[in-house]
Amino acid sequence: MTHLRSYLFTVLTCVAGLLATMATAQDFDALVASLPDGNFDDRAAVVGQIAASGDDRAVGLLEALSDGELQVLKSDGRLVIVTDVKGVDIAADALTGAEAGVVPRRGASAIRVNNSLRRTIGAAIGILTLSSPDPARRLTAAEAAFRAPDPDQLDLLQTAILDETDPRVSAALKSAIAATTLAGDSTVADKLAAIAILKTQANQAALGILTPLVAAPDAQIAAAAADAVDQIERTQKLWSGAQNVLFGISLGSVLLLAAIGLAITFGVMGVINMAHGELVMIGAYTTFAVQEVIRNSFPFLFDWSLLIAAPLAFLMAGAVGVAIERGCVRFLYGRPLETLLATWGVSLILQQTVRSIFGPNNREVGNPSWMSGAFDIGHLTITYNRLWIFVFALAVFAILLFVMKKTPIGLQMRAVTQNRAMAASMGIRTGWVDAMTFGLGAGIAGLAGVALSQIDNVSPNLGQSYIVDSFMVVVFGGAGNIWGTLAGAFSIGIANKFLEPYSGAVLAKIIVLVCIILFIQKRPRGLFAVKGRAVDG
Amino acid sequence: MGLIDRRMGIFLAGLFILTVAIPVGNLLIDGKPVPSYLVSLFGKYLCYALLAVALDLVWGYCGILSLGHGAFFALGGYAMGMHLMRQIGDRGVYANPDLPDFMVFLNYSELPWFWHGFDMFWFACLMVMLVPGLLAFVFGWFAFRSRVTGVYLSIITQAMTYALMLAFFRNEMGFGGNNGLTDFKDVLGFNLQSDSTRAGLFILSAIALAAGLLIAKAITNSKLGKILIAIRDSESRTRFLGYRVEEYKLFVFVVSAMMAGVAGALYTPQVGIINPGEFSPANSIEIVIWVALGGRGTLVGAAIGAFLVALTKTLLTGWLPEAWLFALGALFIFVTLFMPTGVLGVIESTLRRKPAPKPTQEASV
Amino acid sequence: MTSFRKLLIGASLGATLLSSTALAASEDGPIKVGVLHSLSGTMAISETTLKDAVLMLIDEQNKKGGIDGRMLEAVVVDPASDWPLFAEKARELIEANEVDVVFGCWTSVSRKSVLPVFEELNSILFYPVQYEGEESQYNVFYTGAAPNQQAIPAVDYLMANEGVERWVLAGTDYVYPRTTNKILEAYLMDQGVAAEDIMVNYTPFGHSDWQTIVSDIKTFGSAGKKTAVVSTINGDANVPFYKELGNQGIEATDIPVVAFSVGEEELAGLDTTPLVGHLAAWNYFMSVDSPENDAFIDTWLDFTGNDDSVTNDPMEATYIGFNMWVKAVEEAGTTDPDAVIAALPGIEVPNLTGGTSVMLPNHHITKPVLVGEIQDDGQFSVVWETDGLVAGDAWSDFLPESAVLTSDWVDLKCGNYNTQTETCGGS
Repeated sequence: MTHLRSYLFTVLTCVAGLLATMATAQDFDALVASLPDGNFDDRAAVVGQIAASGDDRAVGLLEALSDGELQVLKSDGRLVIVTDVKGVDIAADALTGAEAGVVPRRGASAIRVNNSLRRTIGAAIGILTLSSPDPARRLTAAEAAFRAPDPDQLDLLQTAILDETDPRVSAALKSAIAATTLAGDSTVADKLAAIAILKTQANQAALGILTPLVAAPDAQIAAAAADAVDQIERTQKLWSGAQNVLFGISLGSVLLLAAIGLAITFGVMGVINMAHGELVMIGAYTTFAVQEVIRNSFPFLFDWSLLIAAPLAFLMAGAVGVAIERGCVRFLYGRPLETLLATWGVSLILQQTVRSIFGPNNREVGNPSWMSGAFDIGHLTITYNRLWIFVFALAVFAILLFVMKKTPIGLQMRAVTQNRAMAASMGIRTGWVDAMTFGLGAGIAGLAGVALSQIDNVSPNLGQSYIVDSFMVVVFGGAGNIWGTLAGAFSIGIANKFLEPYSGAVLAKIIVLVCIILFIQKRPRGLFAVKGRAVDG
Repeated sequence: MGLIDRRMGIFLAGLFILTVAIPVGNLLIDGKPVPSYLVSLFGKYLCYALLAVALDLVWGYCGILSLGHGAFFALGGYAMGMHLMRQIGDRGVYANPDLPDFMVFLNYSELPWFWHGFDMFWFACLMVMLVPGLLAFVFGWFAFRSRVTGVYLSIITQAMTYALMLAFFRNEMGFGGNNGLTDFKDVLGFNLQSDSTRAGLFILSAIALAAGLLIAKAITNSKLGKILIAIRDSESRTRFLGYRVEEYKLFVFVVSAMMAGVAGALYTPQVGIINPGEFSPANSIEIVIWVALGGRGTLVGAAIGAFLVALTKTLLTGWLPEAWLFALGALFIFVTLFMPTGVLGVIESTLRRKPAPKPTQEASV
Repeated sequence: MTSFRKLLIGASLGATLLSSTALAASEDGPIKVGVLHSLSGTMAISETTLKDAVLMLIDEQNKKGGIDGRMLEAVVVDPASDWPLFAEKARELIEANEVDVVFGCWTSVSRKSVLPVFEELNSILFYPVQYEGEESQYNVFYTGAAPNQQAIPAVDYLMANEGVERWVLAGTDYVYPRTTNKILEAYLMDQGVAAEDIMVNYTPFGHSDWQTIVSDIKTFGSAGKKTAVVSTINGDANVPFYKELGNQGIEATDIPVVAFSVGEEELAGLDTTPLVGHLAAWNYFMSVDSPENDAFIDTWLDFTGNDDSVTNDPMEATYIGFNMWVKAVEEAGTTDPDAVIAALPGIEVPNLTGGTSVMLPNHHITKPVLVGEIQDDGQFSVVWETDGLVAGDAWSDFLPESAVLTSDWVDLKCGNYNTQTETCGGS
């Protein structure tokens, strides 16, 4: 440990371009105090010296600086670390850690950092934490070294890898060493070995390091790099087809969620429900409201916010749906086209209501930690939020299917939509069943809102942007058949994503629309046509 | 029943009074009791009314609920807009005699092929009818032969207008992208900003509306009109009787699209801009609402509905800028629930002091 | 308003004899200020705050006793994000409500739609949003940034400070991104950037599925050269774009995104933690430290009654425009449009970043250019700013057709004067 530290010491002072003796002479406190002065380059130099000082407070301070928490109090010019505790800014002295009270609005100004300074800080912290007992920190450190390869750190990294026990950190360190080797002037043999390591890694980051080497002065290195680049690009091309399918499935699950409620209200009941998009919007705003309450009162529940929001969104949108059904749609059975007019009116009112209550701006709905970030399978990047939305869409679909096919209420719903008079004479309360069916469709639209809030704007216009697509999916799949909706959503999603790389986003969408129009000519009742008179007699 | 029944007579008389009174009030009476902006505003309403009549012809009499009629309207508007753009000549900001400003700006070296001919007024006028008519023909040819009906037809017409909107938004299309066509100077040598041109366009719109109404009435009164109604009420039965349903539908659909195109062509010079927003599905839905609100299957009612909704929107966006959507939404719901025959139906039944007739067979879409 | 109502009813009844002479705006009644911002539809999301900003400024001015003793009165209408309706409403404001000035519009198409109306009725429009330039009209004052006041300095910053060599120009497919990207392409080529190091991508309005494009950007950025994204993505499409960036793990330290349409208002709908370090170029940030800005923010928070509401660049542009107009009316001693338009060039008012902005003869203003990095609290931290103020240039020097044009409403009395042929175009 001491060995390592002295190592750090020399290395870093070199980085800062200062003599080691000078750095020791520098008092840590004075260094920190000089942070606010000068421009970003000056600050970068000070960061190097702080990292090299060996002081225990260095890591905390640098992290605070990087996060913009290191601030200067306007009242007395003191350097403090400001943290947000339940919406109140609390200051603590940067050096002593002593409590410095609440900071009023605009009472302190942060020491500015930019991207390049942030990289410098990242690298400095990386070196300081390479020997941290926490493997997660060591991993971050190794990744930082890979991103900003610095030949001066090569020895340090090689020392670190010897003691490394965690395989993931070890692998990251190996890549970092390879990148660092290539960045410095190591021997040709070392560099060739490094290229081979990166070649097996075969990802975009490796490509980024290898591509410039194709023009390297040494012919051997250039050839090896060209070969590696070639191979990586070929691998990536192979995987890109799979990536497109994934993107398509993800888009498909968004479409499925948006459309599945409509498959009930429009597909099964035959109501041209123009307020469908607004029911989705209500679900999204419910999520927002739930998160607001959680943020203000129960911050520890934040990761559960979506799970809490989902049933509430279902109930909320469902209740609005029942109200729409009882309040206007029920007077219009047998006049399906007029439902278009009335529900359009409802949608205008709902939009404006939300605008009046929540304001016209976008609202922030946060991603819980389990929905942030991405992971790799092979060379595919899968983002967690897309994955969960896919799972969620399928779950909603399965539940809906179960309700429709296996429960008494589902049986009654189907009975009423197939033959109202007959159902009524069998003792089914058709009015009640209608309200429940519409409520179910609306509630599911609300559930879609919970998911869409994770990837799209939460604004009063949210619903409008999905309504046309939703109708398209239901009609393409075949109104009245929820399996059709599933198939429709995924075919449209995947077709769209396959076309997009060739034609661009707009043309892809136009082509898909034209294909739908043509397809309907071929099968005028959609992919899975329902026989009988369920939809439009 | 003659071409001009009582309903049509009253409406045409009212339209005539309006057509005389507004230009006279604007141009001839001192102190301008009718400000110029009302002339353009009412001119715009008349175009909407013509568009509503066009939709009522297919929806009210033939049961084709088109959610894409805005597309025909916009295409007519674009055809006229292209002519007006060519009329600007070298008076654009870049003073290029051949290319409209947006083309100069997007580095076009020459006029795209589809812009040729639009410098001639007669050609533009032809295109105003031909382009929407052709689109309607091709679309209807496929759709009606494949027996796409009901909501399926409605949704694919919506897909059609949506696809066109996306296409026209693209700058590569050569129609000015999102900005559309604007900054028009004159038409046939008349300055578009002068009061007399505006009054002229207003009168033209009124004439077009009257003509549209009479043509639609003539069609619906003829034997062909009876078949159309038969198709509306029971398509398969009509087919079994030996009529080529798809041909009748195609005919009326094309006529209606041309009428919508004319409405668009008159609309463009009066509002001074045509852009892809006119293709948006919401606009087309609004047309349906005009017709339903005024009274479906009455022609005159459709025109009144367009007029009423547009007027309400104009007034409310000024009076209640923050809450007008509530009022408009409530109006739609109220009319649907309590006035199933539309405004015209309610007025007429009140006049006759008889209960409103039961809604006709709307179950068949 | 009442005369308008009477007229409508009168006209529709055919009662043309109803006489109501259009009164010349009386010189002692209140001064009417038109507000033409969408309060519903797709643009309400951005424009509603500007409506409130104008109302607040009018309120403040009235507290100071109005202008020369005349109170100000706002006339608010809702053009509902419907472009032809903008023209109709502009006409209504000017003809029926007899307003003396209009503050309004956001999108270029809405401005283009109302231009002929202002020209014909000779009124004044203050346009507060950054735009593509290529326009200078007698009746319009452009207080937002022209391309040379936003795009080029931002690119300069990235080249100098981040060493960026490879560029993705991503935008929504409409005229502002198209122009900005054209200017930037010409500028970057001038700076020696190779054509294959520039990738241009356009997406439709409200684009929400960014998976493919973000992954393309990642691929493009892995060629070993420092890559940056210049985003002219508009409005609603930004939130899903940034969410996708965050999720696919593109960090600002790897591929920074500099945006010209993303401000505090847009960030309010986002959790900015994954976005720290991405940039935006504007002429104002809420975080700027200046007494004027502090006062402005305090007034705004009081006015909205919401401590979380934010201020942004178009609000500052509205503030500058409003104060310029007030000063010009005071100077002209009348609200007569020609007199006010003549008085405006040369008017100086303090902006919110500690400087003084001047109205130029080309109806654009001088402004500082600031580059800010997104912070985790949804604010920007200024990392760079121009030394002095930059004069807005209506006609870009980087587009061949417009390089020869210049605008000067004081001496040349022309918005598009061709310096080669020495003629005023379009007359």
